[in-house]
Amino acid sequence: MRLPLTPSQTVGPFFRIGLSTTIGSHVVGEGTPGAIRISGQVLDGAGEPVPDALIETWQAEGAGRCATDEEGHFAIVTSKPARNAIDGAATDAPHLDVSVFARGLLTRLVTRMYFPDEHAANDADPVLRALSSAERSTLVAVSESGGLRFDIHLQGARETVFFDR
Amino acid sequence: MGDSSRSAHPPNDSPAYGSSRLRAPQQPLHVLAGRLSELTAPLLAGETIGPLDHDLTRQHDGEPLGERITVSGRVLDEEGNPVAGALVEVWQANAAGRYAHRSDQHPAPLDPNFSGAGRCLTDAEGGYRFITIKPGAYPWRNHPNAWRPAHVHFSVFSPAFAQRLVTQMYFPGDPLFAQDPIFNSVPDESARQRLVARWSLELTQPEWSLGYAWDIVVAGREATPLDDDASE
Repeated sequence: MRLPLTPSQTVGPFFRIGLSTTIGSHVVGEGTPGAIRISGQVLDGAGEPVPDALIETWQAEGAGRCATDEEGHFAIVTSKPARNAIDGAATDAPHLDVSVFARGLLTRLVTRMYFPDEHAANDADPVLRALSSAERSTLVAVSESGGLRFDIHLQGARETVFFDR
Repeated sequence: MGDSSRSAHPPNDSPAYGSSRLRAPQQPLHVLAGRLSELTAPLLAGETIGPLDHDLTRQHDGEPLGERITVSGRVLDEEGNPVAGALVEVWQANAAGRYAHRSDQHPAPLDPNFSGAGRCLTDAEGGYRFITIKPGAYPWRNHPNAWRPAHVHFSVFSPAFAQRLVTQMYFPGDPLFAQDPIFNSVPDESARQRLVARWSLELTQPEWSLGYAWDIVVAGREATPLDDDASE
């Protein structure tokens, strides 16, 4: 017999009290070979920054966590995951699994961040292939000086693709 | 999609909760077809947890004001297996209903002896235990004369991505449940009741503190493919 799940509730506006430091924004150190800085902005349906969101990244190498600042910005330093190291799905391109928590979100949002330099792998990825090009573009980070940019749009014309948790 | 335990989670599109209106995604969720369940990441936090981090009443020179309580239970997966080594983090308002956070403008007193944060790792049986004080209710601006029922925020972070859970634990018999859109965002009454701790005589220490029992059930670690591979 399966036990019924405990329902989710919002992380609320004051999560920094409890979630600030235990897991940090550096999955790997800044100087580590292959370290990549991934930064982005979380935006709401009015295009306004979300200053009280929490972003978590998951990959076989470890988890990262960063709260957004007053302008909705976050940054996590990690490395590109080894292909297929996590889920064994041979066809999946390298990606980070991403959770988004915020006041106003009763249940976490789950998305994926793919790497812009993995054209062939991304083209073969079954999750990306199932999406329209507009949807797909919300999941592929953009190269910028100093690293990658991955903005998260909670609503609107550029709403990020989110997955059933 | 037909899995009733998954529907335990509240929909993000819950207009009675005002903050959701510009933040809840408007497009349907895409199906990953079981791909999430197996994802695991190492949890490196163990070495940073102090022996008293679970005791919110001993973080300052003096004791916090309020009703001293123990909150304890187990973290289990859907199959009833204990989730050992999970990082459980809690945060809460003080006894007057005020968070030690600069953005909390409720004109209730701060308590210099209460920060309101704790953490621990679950033991081999999935057990956790916190010692704290009962948080107070507090007003918010969701609707006229809105008040949040007393609650403790819980975060459960196990190495399995699918098990990640952030939720809130409530106290039995709270008269504020009926008007709270966050508690009532959970559509199913029996699921809502799973957010409410049980007063426990066993956890109540004579002439010292009241005890509350609350178990947390997270998703199973084994891949549980959705009904079939149908999209949407």
